[in-house]
Amino acid sequence: MSTHHISITVNGKTHEADVESRLLLVHFLRENLNMTGTHIGCDTTSCGACTIRLNGTPVKSCTVLAVQADGMEVKTVEGLVENGALHPIQEGFHEKHGLQCGFCTPGMMMTSSALLERNPHPTEDEIRHAISGNLCRCTGYMNIVKAVQYAADKMAEKVEA
Amino acid sequence: MIPPSFDYVAPKTLSDAVAALGGNENAKILAGGQSLIPLMRFRLAGPTLLVDLNRVESLSYIEEKNGWLRIGAMTRQSTVEFSDIINAKYSLLADTVKVLSDPVVRNRGTVGGNVANADPINDQPATMLAYGAEVVAVGPKGERVIPITSFYIDLYQSALARDEILTEVRVPASKPRTGGAYLKLERKVGDYATAAVAAQVELDASDNFVSIGIGLTNVGLTALKATAAEDFLKGKAASDENIKEAAKLAAAAAQPIADVRGSEEYKRSLVKTYTVRALRMAVQRAKGG
Repeated sequence: MSTHHISITVNGKTHEADVESRLLLVHFLRENLNMTGTHIGCDTTSCGACTIRLNGTPVKSCTVLAVQADGMEVKTVEGLVENGALHPIQEGFHEKHGLQCGFCTPGMMMTSSALLERNPHPTEDEIRHAISGNLCRCTGYMNIVKAVQYAADKMAEKVEA
Repeated sequence: MIPPSFDYVAPKTLSDAVAALGGNENAKILAGGQSLIPLMRFRLAGPTLLVDLNRVESLSYIEEKNGWLRIGAMTRQSTVEFSDIINAKYSLLADTVKVLSDPVVRNRGTVGGNVANADPINDQPATMLAYGAEVVAVGPKGERVIPITSFYIDLYQSALARDEILTEVRVPASKPRTGGAYLKLERKVGDYATAAVAAQVELDASDNFVSIGIGLTNVGLTALKATAAEDFLKGKAASDENIKEAAKLAAAAAQPIADVRGSEEYKRSLVKTYTVRALRMAVQRAKGG
């Protein structure tokens, strides 16, 4: 067994800890930092509920070791709020009823926020493709797509304004 | 589901990684971790040391050089997916990466991992067989190049020595009159293939096959090269009749087992149908269509 001293910046705040090699990033977030916004679904890098952004890139945090994120920036659903205001993607999920049980929602938001940064005006097909690694078992995809479209429109307005 | 304890190092250079790997008989390389970490969590793998390559920056590149398209082992699948050069000139690889697992996994998963894992259920082994790829391995004794045709030995067994690291996968540089396609049946995005077919062809000026590569995913203990089908087509016209005949030979080469994804007969039939379609598409692309 080896332990490592790590420093991870989560939503702008740096956290230091001594962790075992085997500690998964999702457990570090939920259990060490008590940030339970990131959910654990399948535990096998399939469902996408635990999707977070690691140095900006959406990854499934159940298949990244905490020690691998040493020195990196992590963004979770708790970090989407900007200056007390909901992120357009959060507003979109709220306005368009993009969630039923809410379990997949944090992962959906982290994946789709990255999509909108890379592609501010995605087609419906592009949205569906981008979120295809995130499963919604309520089968609420119709409204999730609408929520992402809402956020895209909202973000475009902001850019124009 | 927490993995058993292990030691972990994250070297910044390839030589440090080789040294770390050589220093522990039960060490394993950690690339994207999208297969290995779940396996460790299920305790189906229990390395006592993980040598993480994620900080070895020199292993991440895509470049055309000296007649090859060279892909560094730690190149993320999403980097391949969005690579202009691959999308423009390497249709077989471009097809493959778009159906490989799912978009979020592709942000983490690597080309080297997919190839080195030697799991016949992975998509890139068959694609590399169809391309006639080579892999570069580096160990304590230096570097060697292994043709992909002698790389896959058995289930999860490759020609890599225990102390060697796969550093590069290279496919012949694209040239005119070549084209390829990858067709995969999956139950849902992110699932492994029920079966998949990789085809890469080169045509002469009269539309005869100059070279043909056909690789099959998840219908054997390793990815399979459908050599009888390839040999049959060599020098023949790129006609639908010949393609259909070759597809029968490819289906005969498949060694599927029945599982939740389908019966042996079903998978063999799938290989036949997808070989026809993949070859047709490869031919169309080779003609510039």
